Parts: sequence; structure tokens; C-alpha cells
Amino acid sequence: MLDVRGLKKVYEGSGRRVEAVRDLTFSVAAGELVCLVGPSGCGKTTLLRCVGGLLRPTAGEVLLAGRKVDGPPPGMAFVFQEYGRSLFPWMRVGENVELPLRRKGLGKARRRELVADALGSVGLADAAGAYPWQLSGGMQQRVAIARALAYEPEVLLMDEPFAAVDAQTRADLEDLVRRLWRERSMTILFVTHDIDEAVYLGERVVVLSASPTVVREQLKVDLPHGRDQVHTRVAPRFAELRTRVYEQIQAAKRGTERPVKSPLPRQG
Amino acid sequence: MRGANAALGAAGLAAFLALGEAVPRLGLVEEDYFPPTSRIADALGTEIADGSFWTALGDTLTGWALGLAIAIGAGIVIGVVLSVVPYLREATASTIEFLRPIPSVALIPLAVLLYGTELRSVLLLVVYASFWQVLIQVLYGVQDVDPVAEETARSYGLGPWARVRHVLWPTALPYVMTGVRLAAAVALILAITAELVIGAPGLGARIAVARTSQAVPEMYALIVVAGLLGLLINVGARSVERRALAWHQSVRGEVAV
Amino acid sequence: MRRVLLRLVFVFALPAVLVTVWWVASAGSEDVYWPPLATVLETFPDVWTGERWRGDVLPSVLRLAAGYALAAVVGVALGTLVGSYRRVRAVCEPALEFLRAVPPPVLVPVIMLFAGIGDTMKIVVIAAGCVWPVLLNTVEGVRAVDAVTAETARSYGVTGVAWLRHVVLPSASPQIFAGLRQALSIGIILMVISEMFAASNGLGFTIVQFQRSFAIPGMWTGILLLGLLGFVLSALFRLVERRALGWYHGLRAAARRPGSSS
Repeated sequence: MLDVRGLKKVYEGSGRRVEAVRDLTFSVAAGELVCLVGPSGCGKTTLLRCVGGLLRPTAGEVLLAGRKVDGPPPGMAFVFQEYGRSLFPWMRVGENVELPLRRKGLGKARRRELVADALGSVGLADAAGAYPWQLSGGMQQRVAIARALAYEPEVLLMDEPFAAVDAQTRADLEDLVRRLWRERSMTILFVTHDIDEAVYLGERVVVLSASPTVVREQLKVDLPHGRDQVHTRVAPRFAELRTRVYEQIQAAKRGTERPVKSPLPRQG
Repeated sequence: MRGANAALGAAGLAAFLALGEAVPRLGLVEEDYFPPTSRIADALGTEIADGSFWTALGDTLTGWALGLAIAIGAGIVIGVVLSVVPYLREATASTIEFLRPIPSVALIPLAVLLYGTELRSVLLLVVYASFWQVLIQVLYGVQDVDPVAEETARSYGLGPWARVRHVLWPTALPYVMTGVRLAAAVALILAITAELVIGAPGLGARIAVARTSQAVPEMYALIVVAGLLGLLINVGARSVERRALAWHQSVRGEVAV
Repeated sequence: MRRVLLRLVFVFALPAVLVTVWWVASAGSEDVYWPPLATVLETFPDVWTGERWRGDVLPSVLRLAAGYALAAVVGVALGTLVGSYRRVRAVCEPALEFLRAVPPPVLVPVIMLFAGIGDTMKIVVIAAGCVWPVLLNTVEGVRAVDAVTAETARSYGVTGVAWLRHVVLPSASPQIFAGLRQALSIGIILMVISEMFAASNGLGFTIVQFQRSFAIPGMWTGILLLGLLGFVLSALFRLVERRALGWYHGLRAAARRPGSSS
């Protein structure tokens, strides 16, 4: 569904040349939930903006369903970390969700249906008439997710969406993403710096190196589909996986070139 | 980046001046009404060589500076008193809301009758117009004081004067500077208006004389001077504002009131 | 109930005191320039008859409205254009800064050269003075569209007219309104002085006539009426602004509430 090939991004300006992303290659299959995790400041956001067509890569390419991404494609929806700035404060919640649908040339009735359905899915059916700033941070991020759902994207890109909400809200939102992914069989690329979150959410975790970024390791998360905050997080397998990712990230921070060679036992 | 912007700006300015030269030369507008840039520049040169021009400029600046100083002083003192003394703010709110939008030009006939073409006419208009700009910003600034900071100061036993000095004033300062910047621009507008309409000595009166004597290029030259004066005041006020607030992590925007 | 009463006292006490003081202090005043307030108020209905409202007040207000509306449309349109393109902005900025700094009243003699002394002159004067604060504030507002807001719009394909209408203009609207507010006071100043310069009717013209013919109570009624007009226009503006920027005031209030530091 989504192929990233040899992606490279170099920022140039005022005599300085910063190589944010060196050479990234990975792919996301249709219906897969992949988490990208890496040390802070490792160019995750740059990567995701390149994937979403918001930034032009210096080299390499991004393919969405075989077509080259060249500007934001209609088949992708973006959920940003800064929900307060990503939702338009001058529009009510319903209007915020509806605005992107105008591009799709849908009739008014269909648009309204999609908005109601998306808001219902995130548990905010009653909030359509409120302004975003009247809601709590967690609710605002739900609205941003509803906007992405209503857009009916082929791929949903999420850029550290829960970094700015408190721990309990965060757990709720993680479960919401898992549920929506299973119910709607969406393809999701989820960027985070939180190792537990990556392992808990993902079907696969892509560990990135420090900047300039390359893929350090790809890890299949062989936890059961039905996960919950209480049991999954204390499962031995969860602990193994998170330790493995943790070691990789620590090594990445130290700048070790070779991947850590502690073998990951297959689940029996 | 900044160099490139400055070059583009200079190019824009040059184009603006060239347009001013070309439009009347090509006969697109009557040259008598809209003299080309070069003739305005000529007239400007003549003006600068004329001693009475400098006297007029001095008169305008005197009215502006004096009026502005009075307005700032009164605005700050009254603003702080209104916000510090309990209930005074509430009691005066409606009166301020009524008096503030009264256009200061309404006072022109009164100024003429009372003071004729004296400096006091100019001051009356300048002070009335710019006082409100300062006062309103001071009131908003004081309102912005963090109640937690205020209570902290109180709990440590700081007296009223110390609270004004260490808590209220630093919070209000960005607003006060905004008020001063707005007031400086308004004060110039009213100083020139008073001279232009009432005939108090200054640039405005000189423009009025140039108009009645059909000295069109001179009139334009004086308007350019007035514009440059305004520009200097704007730029100066902004840089003072920035310098005064360099310590402040966020130089705040002005309040939409 | 007590609350409401107290509020009413706060609203009306000081104005009542001030009017009373004026009334008492000026009662029996022999000073020609400071007639008793009672005389001024008695003169008011005699001066501002239906004829005067139609012949002077209405034309003044209509000219103001026309010039102001023209300035608002041109200012927002040009400001959006200039603000949207970094290069255009760099080219225009110094020239615009200069034009904005020209004290608007000096436009009156210039525009009289072109447009004579009729309604056109006055409307053009008002528009030419009001356009700069609107234009420059619009430029600032358009330029300052938040980066995440812009990326969100781009990623959802909100472009072209929808981008302008649903993102740029609403996001710039607080600044645009700040510019419109400055423009309103400039507009009133220009309305009055363009009529003081050359006119055969209008509020400014009438007040100057009273002053020149030493009809002092009449002049005072004119000053009062002009003050009242300023107050009413500003109240109207505030009403419109409250409606249009309701979201902005709510957002600011929400940001100030403790505990929502995000």
C-alpha cells in the first residue's frame, strides 16, 4: 500500500546543511498498523511530512498504492501532534470534520452522514456544535481523528498524536486507535517516541536510528489482536518486545553503528 | 535572506518613485495636480534650504512631543490608579467607554474659540486623542496580571507600592509600550490636523498655505516630509518597544479592544 | 437582585455625577464660550431638526459608510494578496510603510486637486485614509497563519478559494478587525475635516458654521452630536466584532483559564 524507497531529506539554508534523513526504505502493507519509533530529534516528523507529501524529499520516493506521492494525495489523512493548532478554532467541531470533504465533491447529505458517523466512532456524537477550544485536549485530538476518519483515507498518518495529552487520556486514545483500526481495517502509520506505545499499538515496529535517520530494525509484534491496557502491558511477551526496542533506541542514541546482537527469542 | 528582502524592498521603493515620475510625464494624470517625482524632489530641496521650513517642523514636533508626553503621563497614572483603587475601575468603565470613541476633531471648534492658533489648540486635540490609547492599554495590561503572582506577592507581605512596582508594572509594561506606540502615531495625525485645519503654526499650516497659493510641488514635498516624519515615529516607537521588552519572552500583540 | 442593582449603580453613578457637575457648574454661566448645559440641551432640538438630519447628518454618515466600505474591501483584498506572497511583500513593504505613515488629513488638499470638492472627494479622502491600517493589518494576519494550521489544510487538500475563505481570512480576522477599528476612528476624523475644508453640507460643515457665526450653543450641540455619533458607531462596530470574532474571544478566554496550558 505504502512504499518508502531510499528517502533522503537534506535541509539547506543560510550556509548550513543539515541531513535529517539519510536513507530510509520500508513499506506498509494494506490494512497494517505500523509504528515508527526512534530517539527524540531523529527526523521522525520530517519523514512523516515527506510521506504525506507536505515536504519534498531530496532523494528517493514515496509510493501510495503504486502512485508516486507528489504533494498531499487525496488518499492520505494526517493527524498532527498539535491538535490545538491543527483544528481550526473559528469552526465548530462539525465544520472542522466536514471541511476536507468538500474537496471530494460529495453531496451535502452524504457529507453530513460521514461527519456524524466519524464523530460517533470517536464518542463525540454530541459535540458537533461545540468549538474545539471548548473541549479538553483529549477530546480535541478525538475530533482530529474523526476528521481523518470522515475523509476515508487509504492510509492514516499519525504524528506523535498523543504526546501532549495526560497519561489516562492517552491510554483511552490508544485503545480508540486500536479499535478503529480493527473495525475499519485501515492502514495506519503511527509515529511516536514512546516505546510502550509503539509496542502496544503496532503490528510491526520500525526502529529508526538517530539523525541522519536510517531504519535500524523492523520488529514484528506478535501479540494477540485483542489487546487491553491491563493484560497486554503485563504480558511477558510485551516486556520482551519493549526491552528489545528499548535496547535498540539506547544503542541508536549512543550512535552504535551495528544493531545490538541480543537474539530475540521466537514466541513458542 | 534579510539582504535579499532589503534588496527587494529597495527595488519596490525605486519602482514606486519611478511610477511617480512616469505617470505624470506620460500624461496619464494632469502634471499640475500630480507633479513627477523629480519636481517634488526639487521642491523638497528648496524647502530644506528654507529656514522657515525648519521652524515649522520644529513647531509640529513640539506639539507632538509635548502632547504625547502629557497623554502618556496622564494615561499611565490614571490607568494605574483606576486599577489599583478598589471599585474605581467598575465605576469609571461606562464613562470611559462613552468618552473614548468621541472623535477628537469634534473639539476643533472649541479649540479655535478658546485658544485660536496657539500651541494649546494643538495640545488639546493631541492629548485628547492619544490619552485614550495609553489608558486603555494600561487597563488591559493591569487586568492581565496573574492572580497567582499577585497572591504570592501578598502572601509575602509586599505592600501596595511594592506590588505595583514588582508585579503589576512588569506585567503591564508590554501593553503600555503598545499604547505608547499607537499614541505616538495618533498624536502626529492630530498635530498635523490641528495645524492644517485651525492654522496653528507647523507643517500642516505650511501645507495649507502651499495649497491656497497653488504651489502644488511644494505641497507634495511637505506631504512627503510629513510621511517621513510618521515613518520615523513608527519605526522609532517600534524599536523602543522591542528594546524595552527584550527581557520579555513573548512580546505580546496588541489587544483587540 | 442586589448584584444587578450594584451593576446599575456602577454603570450610571459616575456619568450622572459628571452631568450634574456640568449642569450645576455651568448654570447661569455668563461666559459666552461655556453656555449653561441647560441652554445647550434646549437648543438641541431646535438645531437638529428633521431637515438637518436629512440634509447634514445623513450625507455625512453616507459618505463615511461609502469610503469606509471601499477601504475595507480594497484593504482586505490587497492585503491578502500582499500577505500571501513573500516576494510581493518584500517588494511592497517599504512603500506601504511610508504610505501608511503619511498622516491621513494631509490627503485632503491632494485629493481636492483631483476630485474637486464634491462627494467624490470626501469619499475618496475617507477611503484613502482608512485603507492603510486595514491593508497592513491584513498583511500581518495573512502572513501569520499558523504553520500547523497551514499544513493541516494542505494535507486535506483545502486549497484555492476554500483555503482563502475557510482558513486564511478567518485566521487573519482578529488582525483585520484591529485594522478596521483603527480605520473607523480615522474615517470619522476625515469625514469631519473634509467637510470643514470645503463643503456645503454635513456635520463638520455645520459645526464650523456655528463656530464662525458665534452660535455657541449650536456649536456645542454639534460637538455633542459628533461625540454621540462616534459612540454609536463604535458600539455598532463592537457588536459586529463580537459576532464575527466570538470564536477568538472564546479561544483567548479558554487559553487564559488555568490548567489548559497545552
